[in-house]
Amino acid sequence: MDRTYSRSRRVAPFFAMAAASALLIAGCSSDSGGKEAEEGGSNAAAGKADTPQMTVAMVTHAGQGDTFWDIVRKGAQTAADKDNVKLVYSNDPNAANQANLVQNAIDQKVDGIAVTLAKPDAMKDVIAKAEKAGIPVVGLNSGMEVWQEQGLLSFFGQDEQVSGEAFGKKLNETGAKHAVCVIHEQGNVSLEARCAGVKKTFKGKTENLYVNGTDMPSVKSTVTAKLKQDTSIDEVVTLGAPIALTSVQSVDDAGSKAKVATFDLNKELTDAIKAGDIEFAVDQQPYLQGYLAVDSLWLYKNNGNYSGGGEAPVLTGPAFVDKDNVDQIAKFAAKGTR
Amino acid sequence: MTQATAPATGSSSSPAPPAAQKDGRTAQRSLGRRLLARPEVGALIAAIGVYVFFFAVAPSFREASSLATVLYQASVMGIMALPVALLMIGGEFDLSAGVAVTTSALTAAILSFQLTVNVWTGVLVALVVSLAVGAFNGWLLIRTGLPSFLVTLGSFLILQGSNLAVTKIFTGNVASDSIADMDGFDQAKSVFASEISIGGVDFKITIFYWLVFAAIATWLLLRTKFGNWIFAVGGNKDSARAVGVPVNFTKVALFMGVGAGAWFVGMHLLFSFNTVQSNEGVGNEFLYIIAAVIGGCLLTGGYGSAIGPVIGAFIFGMVNQGIVYANWNPDWFKAFLGVMLLIAALVNLWVRAQATRR
Repeated sequence: MDRTYSRSRRVAPFFAMAAASALLIAGCSSDSGGKEAEEGGSNAAAGKADTPQMTVAMVTHAGQGDTFWDIVRKGAQTAADKDNVKLVYSNDPNAANQANLVQNAIDQKVDGIAVTLAKPDAMKDVIAKAEKAGIPVVGLNSGMEVWQEQGLLSFFGQDEQVSGEAFGKKLNETGAKHAVCVIHEQGNVSLEARCAGVKKTFKGKTENLYVNGTDMPSVKSTVTAKLKQDTSIDEVVTLGAPIALTSVQSVDDAGSKAKVATFDLNKELTDAIKAGDIEFAVDQQPYLQGYLAVDSLWLYKNNGNYSGGGEAPVLTGPAFVDKDNVDQIAKFAAKGTR
Repeated sequence: MTQATAPATGSSSSPAPPAAQKDGRTAQRSLGRRLLARPEVGALIAAIGVYVFFFAVAPSFREASSLATVLYQASVMGIMALPVALLMIGGEFDLSAGVAVTTSALTAAILSFQLTVNVWTGVLVALVVSLAVGAFNGWLLIRTGLPSFLVTLGSFLILQGSNLAVTKIFTGNVASDSIADMDGFDQAKSVFASEISIGGVDFKITIFYWLVFAAIATWLLLRTKFGNWIFAVGGNKDSARAVGVPVNFTKVALFMGVGAGAWFVGMHLLFSFNTVQSNEGVGNEFLYIIAAVIGGCLLTGGYGSAIGPVIGAFIFGMVNQGIVYANWNPDWFKAFLGVMLLIAALVNLWVRAQATRR
C-alpha cells in the first residue's frame, strides 16, 4: 500500500511536466523561421538502372557527425539508388580501424570498394588484399598521390595543394596582403596541404594558426587573439564552413578589417556569402566525389569503363563560390547536397 | 565502548598542557601553513606566474580587450568546470559532460525548428532534458553501485550517438538548422550571448555569469548544510551515511547540477553560433576536469573548492590564448598544457601533504 502510494506520487510530477510542456509548445509558435518557413526540396534523382543488384562498400576516414562527410555520403547514396546498388557505408578516423572495415568488406565479398586514403601506408596491405580477391577499388577525397601505385581503378577528388594554390591566386586578385590560415585539426595532412598551397601562390605573407575545431568558443577566442596580436592581418583563410562562420564573429570582436574566405561549403555559408560576410568559398564538391565513386564502380562492372582512363585522377574541385554565382548554388546547399 | 573511554579518562588525568605544546601536536599552525591548506592556493600562485609571464613576453596580451578574450574562453569552460568540480568533491566523475552540452543545444535548436515554436520553448525543454540526463546518471550510479567512470562513459557514448542520429532523423543533415530568424531568438541571445561594454571594452556576458555562479557555488559549499554533505559523501560515503547524510540525494543533485551547467553552456553555444554541429563537445569533459584539478580538486574526492576551478579555467584560457598572443609555435600547445597539468597535480599533492601534516 505504502509502496504504491509513493510510486504514484513520484509519477505524478512527471505527467504534470509532460502536460505542461505540451501546452507550452502548443501556445508558443514562432511566426518566423523554423520548419514551416523552409521550402521542401527533393533530391536529384534520375531513373533507375535495371542491371542486377550489386553491393558497394564505401569506407572513409570521417569522424561522426561532420557536415562535409554527410554530403559525400548523400552523393554516394543517390548514385547507389539510381544504379540499383546496395551501398554499405562505414567510417572510422583511426587508420587501423579503417583498414579493418575494408577487410570486413572483403569478407562480405562485395562487388566494389570505394575508399579514402588519408593515411595511405596503413591502407596499403588491405587494398592489395581486395585487389587479389578480384574486387575493384576506387579512391576518393584523399590519396591523390598514391592511388595509382596502390592499383586503384580511378580517383575522385581535389588535389589539396592545387586547390590551395588556386585559393592563393584568388587572394592576389582581391588585393590581400597578410593572411592567416586557420587549421582546425592539428596533424591533418590535407588541411596542412591546403595552407601550404595558399602559401605557395599568395604573394603576401601567410602564417598558420591552430585551433580546436570541436570547441567553437575556443575557435572564436583564438582567432580573435591572433587578429589582435597582429593587426596587419587582412585575410582569414579557414578550411571548413563552421570555422569560417565563427571567424566572422572573431573579426568583429577584434575590431579588425580582415576579410574571411574559406574552403568547403554548407547552407549557412551560402547565406553568409550572399550577405557579404564571407568573401568566397572554394568547393571541392563532396557530393560529386561520393556520387562518382559509386557510379564508376557500376560503370566498370557493367561496361568496363575506367574514369580518368586509369591514368589521371578525376578532379572535383576547386570550384569557386562567390557573390556572383552563390544564388545558383544556394538552393542545392539548402538541401545539404552542395 | 569501555575500551574507548578508558584511555580518554587516562589522558585527561595526565597534566602538563605545556608539554603537549612542545610536542607540536596542538600548536597553532603558522599563517603561511594555514593558507597553504586552502585547495586553491597552488593554482592561484600558478595563475599569477602565468599572467606575469605572458604580460612580459606578449605585448598584445597587455591590452584590456585581450583580457576580455581570455576571460571569455575561460568563462565558457569555467561555467561547466564549477558543477564538475562540485561533483568531483562529492567523489564522482562525469565523462558525459562535454557532449551533454551539445545535446542540450541540439535539443533546443531541433525542437524549436521542427515544431516552429518560440525558441524559449526549446530552451525550457532542453533544460528538462539536461536535468534528466544528470538525474539518470545519478540514479543509475546509486541503483547499480557501478563506478561513475563506467556509468558516465556509457551515457557519454549514448549521448554522442543520439546527438548524431537524432539530428540526422530530424534535419536530414548532421548540423541543426539555423534558428536565428525565429521568435524569441534575439531575446534569448541577449540573455545567453550578449556583450557588456565596460570602459570601451566589450566583455561577453558569460564572464559575469561565471563569476556569479562561482560565488553561489562557494556559498553552497562553505555556508550550507548541502555543502557539508558534498564534502562528507566525497570523503567517505559510508561514514557520511552513518551520521545521517542523505548520500543518494546529494549525488543525484550533484549530477543534476552538471546537467544544469551543460544546459547553460549549450544555450550560449546555440545563441552565439545559431547552429550546432552534432560532433561538437567531444573531449571537452576532460578540459572541465583539468580545470578542476589545476584548481586544486582531488581526483579522489572530499577536497577542493569552487574558486579553484575558476582559477584553473583562467589558467587554461591564459595559456591557450597567451601562446597565440606571444606568436609562438602553436604545435607545442598540447604538450605545454600537459606539463601544466602535471605541475598543478604535483603542487596539489605537496599542498595536501602540508595541510594534513600536524
